[in-house]
Amino acid sequence: MLDPVKDTDGAPFWRYAAEGELRVQACADCGELRFPPRPCCPHCQSFAAEWRPVSGRGRVWSYVVPHPPLLPDYAAQAPYNVIVVELEEAPRIRLVGNLVAEAGARLDSVAVERIRIGAKVRVVFAGGLPQWVSA
Amino acid sequence: MTFKDATAIVGIGQTPFAKNLEDDERTLACRAVLAALDDAGIAPGEVDALASYTMEETDEVELAKAVGFGDLTFFSKVGYGGGGSCATVAHLAAAIAAGQATVGVAWRSRKRGSGPRPWKNTTVQLPTPAQWTRPFGLLRPADEIAMLTRRYMHEYGATRDHLFNVALACRNRANQNPAAIMYERPLTREMYMTSRWISEPLCLFDNCLETDGALACVVVGRERARDCRRRPVYVHSAAQGLPAQHHGMVNYWNDDPLTGPAWTAARHLWKHADFTPQDVDVAQIYDAFTALIPLSLEGYGFCGRGEGGAFTEQGALETGGRLPINTGGGGLSEAYVHGFNLINEGVRQLRGTSTAQVPDAGTCLVTAGEGVPTSALLLTNRS
Ligand SMILES: [Zn+2]
Repeated sequence: MLDPVKDTDGAPFWRYAAEGELRVQACADCGELRFPPRPCCPHCQSFAAEWRPVSGRGRVWSYVVPHPPLLPDYAAQAPYNVIVVELEEAPRIRLVGNLVAEAGARLDSVAVERIRIGAKVRVVFAGGLPQWVSA
Repeated sequence: MTFKDATAIVGIGQTPFAKNLEDDERTLACRAVLAALDDAGIAPGEVDALASYTMEETDEVELAKAVGFGDLTFFSKVGYGGGGSCATVAHLAAAIAAGQATVGVAWRSRKRGSGPRPWKNTTVQLPTPAQWTRPFGLLRPADEIAMLTRRYMHEYGATRDHLFNVALACRNRANQNPAAIMYERPLTREMYMTSRWISEPLCLFDNCLETDGALACVVVGRERARDCRRRPVYVHSAAQGLPAQHHGMVNYWNDDPLTGPAWTAARHLWKHADFTPQDVDVAQIYDAFTALIPLSLEGYGFCGRGEGGAFTEQGALETGGRLPINTGGGGLSEAYVHGFNLINEGVRQLRGTSTAQVPDAGTCLVTAGEGVPTSALLLTNRS
């Protein structure tokens, strides 16, 4: 499986994820949340940032079901789902992830027919990666 | 200085298209460029400007020394893969209109048919935004666009039949074009609906071809164009488009992910044009995936927001329909060379030499990739 190739701006997200926490970058001046993380705030141009804990609850915004040809580790689990989740407290902040039966389960552990746009999900963590389970 | 109709495309050239060509990319580039110059009746030594894609492997030095260009005074490369196709012509047109050069060549050479698939490279990945998508198995361009497609279908009630209408129109035109890879291979609804998935909701026939091939075109000022061998095809208006808070292929992180770069390019394009979407006789719309067509139809103003799927009904995209598109077969059925074949086909339509000619076509829209920072051209033979 591919590990996240982290950059300077993204590193805190992964550090918190490794501790089982979902945090999103926010402007320390105007308070606006932003994702993906970046060096400064597009609203007020401030370079001051903080990492704000979020509830980890959200809804499925869209999803796909990839089929081979895929990289071998992913082909072995195909067809699997990839979802985009919009966060409850900030629907504009969306995270790509997988809907799984439980933390650490395979990418194909939820039947594709059971996935619906708008369905409520909550975050869990496995191996430093956020995953999503039905809420 | 005005940009409108100040320059024209006077030569087009291309190699054969195939899954596997023997020549390497550099050789293919040379062949396409020389064919375009021959078509224009212009000697290589007169070329002083070049434009291509950042993803183009044959650089200016290699091309110039091989085909015998003169002294170059302008050369540019445009990023974002297929989003750069029309911008290559736009950069040359701007440079020539501004007096920075006199004879420009744009080109693209690619062995995507027999060469590697870029998404398989796991070592050379930009950290942003790949860190937010690839670990979760969103690996390929098809996966990234399928995500927007699913949301588009959900919000607007677009269907797989709408996507099929796009695939069919392109295939039908390819069946008329001996140069197209799918020349002798008709497509049926049955084939489409039962084909294998690539990334649901996109099936095999929603995805472009994997092609070896190269294309080029020649741009000169309008005075010079009148003395060339072929009927000039004027660059009437051109634009690039990178919307505020846009994120490329994974445009999931702004207020409105379903209005993409096409909307931005279109605003500039129409502002500087003497005609409107209703006056476009034929369009060549970037089609790496079928779903990009309804999005582009909306973005470039042929229909309202959310109406792109319904627009494809009743043969609207076919010959004789409201807006015939991709009359050479497009990326879906002629060849996928980052959209450059759409430029050359636009020129053929306005010369009256397409294999699926729209009678008396006088205006043509050509677009680059939607879903990435993009570009577009309005071409006309009337000036
Ligand atoms: Zn701010």
